Amino acid sequence: MQALRCSEGRIAVSRGASSSFGTFSRQASNWTAATSQVSKQRTLRVFPVLRLSNIITPNSQSWLQTRRQFSSTPASRHAHLDPPRSGEERRITFIDKDSHRTTFLVADGDNLLDIAQANDIEMEGACGGSCACSTCHVIVEDEAYYEKMAEPDDDENDMLDLAFGLTETSRLGCQVKMSKELDGLVVRLPSMTRNLQASDFVTKY
Amino acid sequence: MYHPRRLQKSTPYICASCTRRLASAPARISRNYALIRPASFLGSVQSRRSSIPPQLSSSTISPNLPSSTIPHLTCNAYSTATTSRGRLRVAIIGSGPAGFYTAHRLMNKNPDVVIDMYEQLPVPYGLVRFGVAPDHPEVKNCQDTFEEVAQSPRFSYIGNVRVGYDIELSKMAPHYNAILFSYGASEDNKLDIPGEDVPGVYSARSFVGWYNGLPQFQALKPQLQAGEQAVVIGQGNVALDVARILLTPVDSLRNTDITEHALQTLSESKIRSVRVVGRRGPIQAAFTVKEARELMHIPPVAFEPIDRSLYPSDIKKLPRIQRRIAEVLLKGTEAAVGHSPKSWALDFLKAPKSMHADAGHLSSITFTKQEFPLAINQDLAYLPFNPMAIVRPTDQETTLEASVAFRSVGYKSTPLPGFSDIGVPFDKWKGIIQNDLEGRVVIGRTHPISQESVYRHVSGLYCAGWAKRGPTGVIASTMHDAFVSADVITQDWVAGKPFLNQMAGENGSTGLGWEALKKGVDSRGVRPLSWADWKTIDMAERARGKSKGKEREKFASVEQMLKVLDA
Ligand SMILES: Cc1cc2nc3c(=O)[nH]c(=O)nc-3n(C[C@H](O)[C@H](O)[C@H](O)COP(=O)(O)OP(=O)(O)OC[C@H]3O[C@@H](n4cnc5c(N)ncnc54)[C@H](O)[C@@H]3O)c2cc1C
Ligand SMILES: NC(=O)c1ccc[n+]([C@@H]2O[C@H](COP(=O)([O-])OP(=O)(O)OC[C@H]3O[C@@H](n4cnc5c(N)ncnc54)[C@H](OP(=O)(O)O)[C@@H]3O)[C@@H](O)[C@H]2O)c1
Ligand code: FES
Repeated sequence: MQALRCSEGRIAVSRGASSSFGTFSRQASNWTAATSQVSKQRTLRVFPVLRLSNIITPNSQSWLQTRRQFSSTPASRHAHLDPPRSGEERRITFIDKDSHRTTFLVADGDNLLDIAQANDIEMEGACGGSCACSTCHVIVEDEAYYEKMAEPDDDENDMLDLAFGLTETSRLGCQVKMSKELDGLVVRLPSMTRNLQASDFVTKY
Repeated sequence: MYHPRRLQKSTPYICASCTRRLASAPARISRNYALIRPASFLGSVQSRRSSIPPQLSSSTISPNLPSSTIPHLTCNAYSTATTSRGRLRVAIIGSGPAGFYTAHRLMNKNPDVVIDMYEQLPVPYGLVRFGVAPDHPEVKNCQDTFEEVAQSPRFSYIGNVRVGYDIELSKMAPHYNAILFSYGASEDNKLDIPGEDVPGVYSARSFVGWYNGLPQFQALKPQLQAGEQAVVIGQGNVALDVARILLTPVDSLRNTDITEHALQTLSESKIRSVRVVGRRGPIQAAFTVKEARELMHIPPVAFEPIDRSLYPSDIKKLPRIQRRIAEVLLKGTEAAVGHSPKSWALDFLKAPKSMHADAGHLSSITFTKQEFPLAINQDLAYLPFNPMAIVRPTDQETTLEASVAFRSVGYKSTPLPGFSDIGVPFDKWKGIIQNDLEGRVVIGRTHPISQESVYRHVSGLYCAGWAKRGPTGVIASTMHDAFVSADVITQDWVAGKPFLNQMAGENGSTGLGWEALKKGVDSRGVRPLSWADWKTIDMAERARGKSKGKEREKFASVEQMLKVLDA
């Protein structure tokens, strides 16, 4: 479990991958501290992941566009990621629904949901990374990378069955961890727009 | 004075093909107006946030000023869109995933929005609290997000107020710019067969509500001691939830948030066999693979092998979802029926015909056997291995013994009282609010000349979740659906479309929301609760649970919940 120090001297503990009851109830007691805590912790989300300066700078428009303005995840859910050690940076690129690409330098072992949430990429993670919701669905762009990953287990495949826009190279972000082999990975967030069929539309009246 | 008919005049009818085109346009919001002003984002968060009052009230914001004149709304961290329409005051009816995810997305994308969320119960979260099985705590983690939504100064929770009963929709409408209906489905489908109401037959909805502490069903007293065989009718995930709760050793449920009362009844249960009966085949069953797999892994419960002929010889040719379910069902359990104290089975191609009682209690259920019509003209709809295949009844019957039965054939949404007063059409046939699939409430009529069905958005009215789509879909699909509804509200707002109380482009809403309505509700003897009240109840439930090693021990009646607040 990681700890990071707030400007207020409060310690925020990042959430583990799964949500044991213990973690759950401790978060709940954090919540009662109400708005102030949430907003303060937002202050301290100094970007835990290194940004490639030639790709993203805080002043560039694309950087602004990748930001989530009302962050939905409780501060305690924003994973704290340790910066990668020099020489061991792994590159991961997210392509959002509007085809904006954002690349981050991350450390081995970070999972894609944590990376996305730590950097305000729009990925919901409704079950908090417990492999129980499919809202962290990502599509691996390059099949060669998909092949390099350990195969999804039954639990992951069961959830992928429910994912929107499932493809041959779909994975759950919360189940994929970065590693040396995955350096340079590019994933796409599926478009959430429903494919409306003409026949879907209410015509009976 | 609010007048629905005058409202209708303000927008022209849109013909069906145009509406369809609108409906198929991407729901996402154009980035052009989703941009934030760099200064407000890059400025010190400290100074930015300190200008946000912890609670907004109507006295701190004048309702209909353009947002640029409201400093703490323009400069807050949530800013995404810039409009000059003033405050977008939205009432959300229902605090389930649909309501909360819509609120979440709206606050994320629209700086003008201020939300009042109404909930009929003192406690929030809808089916996440009262539907999702107690042994699936990880599914309930979405509450983390809802919690943060509720912390926003632009959000108010109004619990214990039942819209349409404690407060009329026609009285609410003048004080809001938009109303979003996300009140879910509060009834269930019936079988309409003789004997359906004999003692010992329960709706799955009541049983699920009972073990999850839903106040409405605490008096249920399911008779689990009357015999050894339970029959569940319907093969959706709710049916499998019921089967799993009946078969899981009680000790494995003790540290979940299932009620103490339910644990006691389940520990006295004599049920040894659960048969889950469907009217079509395994390839058409509605449950998902995860739930079937879970039932294969409850030691020492055995699964009765299914008829192999219901599957094609090569299951690899099935579509992914059906293939993976087939693998699980054909593999079954290691434990064998006859050698295990408990078992479960899936019965296929049986449509319930009648239920019979013996000595005043359910004893058996008769089914009509069904068959797949032979393939006619190679029409795939008639092939048994097509997930969409339909069946027809045969003249054969079969009877199953049953000491208790659960009807699990789907939930049902109903219209709220007062819908007609504000012009909301309810499609009784589909059990949904009539909408354009994106979440705009639409009203239609037949065009006098072209005879085409034409639809018009009822300005300012929207829907999301099960009330919009019907009672199917997991939380992930409800979330996606809610996001689409939120995005169309923002789209309409930014595009300058008329909302509630707008006739000639003027914003006629008082924008006062709950502030204007509170007094009327109070005077009826209703006690509205705030988010802080819910947190008090929440803490008390957690404290009660702690001593028993549980996440929480829910209060099972509204009176108990309210009593905590008076302590
Ligand atoms: C038994 C069961 C188990 C489930 N398990 C899972 C699961 O494990 N995983 C999963 O992903 N999905 C599960 N689902 C599906 C999931 O619960 C739904 O997709 C989701 O809850 C639908 O959300 P909703 O907001 O539309 O409706 P609801 O969750 O029903 O919320 C509606 C809310 O509106 C309130 N309301 C109703 N009428 C009024 C009124 N007049 N005034 C004010 N408030 C009102 C209700 O009290 C309720 O709080 C399950 C569903 C059921 C029935
Ligand atoms: N763990 C989970 O993820 C979970 C748990 C619970 C619920 N949910 C979700 O909640 C939603 C609702 O679930 P649900 O189980 O209530 O509904 P459902 O999935 O729609 O299943 C309803 C079942 O009832 C059958 N049925 C309907 N009318 C019938 C009749 N007259 N006679 C016999 N059978 C009949 C249907 O068969 P036909 O197909 O032949 O109509 C179907 O098998 C689903 O989307 C479900 O996935 C998810
Ligand atoms: S976050 Fe729920 S499955 Fe990954």
